[in-house]
Amino acid sequence: MTKTNNIDILKKLLIFSVVMFGFGYALVPIYKKFCEVTGIYELERPDAVSKNIEVDNTRLINLQLDANVRSLPWKFRPLQSYIRLHPGKLTEVMYEISNESEEPQVGQAIPSYSPKNLERYLKKVECFCFSQQELNGKEVKQLPVRFLIDPEMPDDIHTATISYTFFKVKAN
Amino acid sequence: MAVIQDVHGHTHDHPTGIMRWLTTTNHKDIGTLYLCFSLAMLFVGGFLAMGIRAELFMPGIQILEPEVFNSFTTLHGLIMVFGAVMPAWVGFANWQIPLMIGAPDMAFARLNNWSFWLLPIAALLLITSFFVPGGAAAGGWTFYPPLSTQGGIGTDMMLFAIHIFGMSSIMGSINIITTILNMRAPGMTLMKMPMFVWSWLITAYLLVLVMPVLAGAVTMVITDRNFGTSFFNAAGGGDPVMFQHIFWFFGHPEVYIMILPAFGVISEVIATFSRKPLFGYTSMVYAIAAIALLSCFVWAHHMFTVGMPVTGQLFFMYATMLIAVPTGVKVFNWTATMWRGSMTFETPMLFAIGFIVLFVIGGFSGVVCAIVPVDVQVQDTYYVIAHFHYVLVSGALFALFAGAYYWLPKWTGHMYSETLGKWHFWLSMIFFNVAFFVQHFLGLAGMPRRIPDYALQFADFNMISSIGAFGFGLTQLLFVYIVIKCVRGGEKAADKTWEGATTLEWTHLPSPAPYHSFETPPVVK
Repeated sequence: MTKTNNIDILKKLLIFSVVMFGFGYALVPIYKKFCEVTGIYELERPDAVSKNIEVDNTRLINLQLDANVRSLPWKFRPLQSYIRLHPGKLTEVMYEISNESEEPQVGQAIPSYSPKNLERYLKKVECFCFSQQELNGKEVKQLPVRFLIDPEMPDDIHTATISYTFFKVKAN
Repeated sequence: MAVIQDVHGHTHDHPTGIMRWLTTTNHKDIGTLYLCFSLAMLFVGGFLAMGIRAELFMPGIQILEPEVFNSFTTLHGLIMVFGAVMPAWVGFANWQIPLMIGAPDMAFARLNNWSFWLLPIAALLLITSFFVPGGAAAGGWTFYPPLSTQGGIGTDMMLFAIHIFGMSSIMGSINIITTILNMRAPGMTLMKMPMFVWSWLITAYLLVLVMPVLAGAVTMVITDRNFGTSFFNAAGGGDPVMFQHIFWFFGHPEVYIMILPAFGVISEVIATFSRKPLFGYTSMVYAIAAIALLSCFVWAHHMFTVGMPVTGQLFFMYATMLIAVPTGVKVFNWTATMWRGSMTFETPMLFAIGFIVLFVIGGFSGVVCAIVPVDVQVQDTYYVIAHFHYVLVSGALFALFAGAYYWLPKWTGHMYSETLGKWHFWLSMIFFNVAFFVQHFLGLAGMPRRIPDYALQFADFNMISSIGAFGFGLTQLLFVYIVIKCVRGGEKAADKTWEGATTLEWTHLPSPAPYHSFETPPVVK
């Protein structure tokens, strides 16, 4: 019941609080790692495509292409606004980005799919979204996405949308 | 049994007037400050609730613009959680823990003073944020990004206020843990401690475990807003869903932080008015510990709809349902305590029984929400609102009332008005159910939460709910009147006010408890 005894507990609990504050921050890399290991978060990695996927010529999917830009002086558009394709067929679509400003800029495209769970069936082997894109002043680039749609995709999906949004990446 | 009768035997040289309260290090003074503060916050948060219910009285926008309505729901939640319920429990801890374990005061008296005086500053930040350009934070009390990384200065004030509330809570819990571990009277072993003290020991450990994690999340939002980091900003490689994981890692234990001390109070009150020892003391202690432990592994049940693998959903669903087991142990033990007891139904007992009945309803709707496919349906609907108001209003708040009526005679030396107390209970009980029971139906029918307008089909139930809410709000003014009346005077309370009470504050101290108590520790056999 002495005073020092109280101070000892105080110190231990304070250290514990600081450690837990650090743990809050440690959750950030843990979360990233967890998502990587479980495959939830693999925006920048090509999908593994099995060699023996067969093209399903009986189905035709309407695929709408969408493009957006956030906080960048860029123009970004798909060359076709939609395509029709058979599941299983390797397809390439082109997007165009152009830097409207005079300064070089770096951007990163983040995909978004509709309907929900489309990412399970959309297999991308090549995409401009796998890496950051750098554009010099007034530069225009055409960039491909190569992908196929898994024939396993549920039959009730006839129309799907792939959307990309370019976000500004701060120059280091 | 040496009763300390020496009420005025000390030479008090502490300041008077406002300085007495600003500089006090006495656990009873600080407890009173906490309780008064939380009561004031209950009315601020209640005013916001009245605004919400007034707007929802009829379909259409009548009183509050949608932006203001959003601020009302956001600040109602924050003020009730951080301003009303949590400080109220710390107030009870300050008053009761030293009295119940036979300690002269809290372990760190000066720290205790600081932890309290941080609170009004935080509250002031929250309340004044309504009057800054852009208004108060409006993204919900859970302040999810991206809404919380946008918004004006009001959001910054809210984030800063949460930081201050958090610091206060951490200091308070360190104080409570040290007091309980180090300052018990001789013979008061851990397993002889009153259940309220046990519940607070475990709550305080939960607080030091998760409050710093919330502080981390708040700091990340602040740096995302003001210093260009991208923890939750997709554009910079961050992830807004990660915020929800970190927030609920704090947020779920937080709901048990608000309810575990309630379990403690209910255990004291039920045993006292049944005139029997608490049934299954040891299992009660283990049940509280089990609930606290499990509460750290269920956070993602708040996020079933944000997207997670089925394995994750199943894990969090089963873990959540598992909490019903120790909670059930507690409910059955309370019931068994009442079984064949010589029960009397004074106001504290009424609130305690009301607590058990309504908390069980809230607990069951919680199990319903834990079922993933059902949760996908009821997520963000009024069903969830009904669920957590059953466990927080008729749970935490009813237990606070039970505790207040139970200990008011010890604190003030006067009996409260039993007639008015019973009126308070029955009006609260009726109006609470009128306000919240119908919200189950609204939620199942699909009415979303946090929206100022609704489809016509929801009109009748919303009107009923609003009438109940207005009645419930007005009834609480009666509580203020009862407390003031009791402080000012009334029938002299006996030292052992309640026949069945067994804890030290009743058996060893006069009523009112003297300013300095247990300077010579009592011996517990």
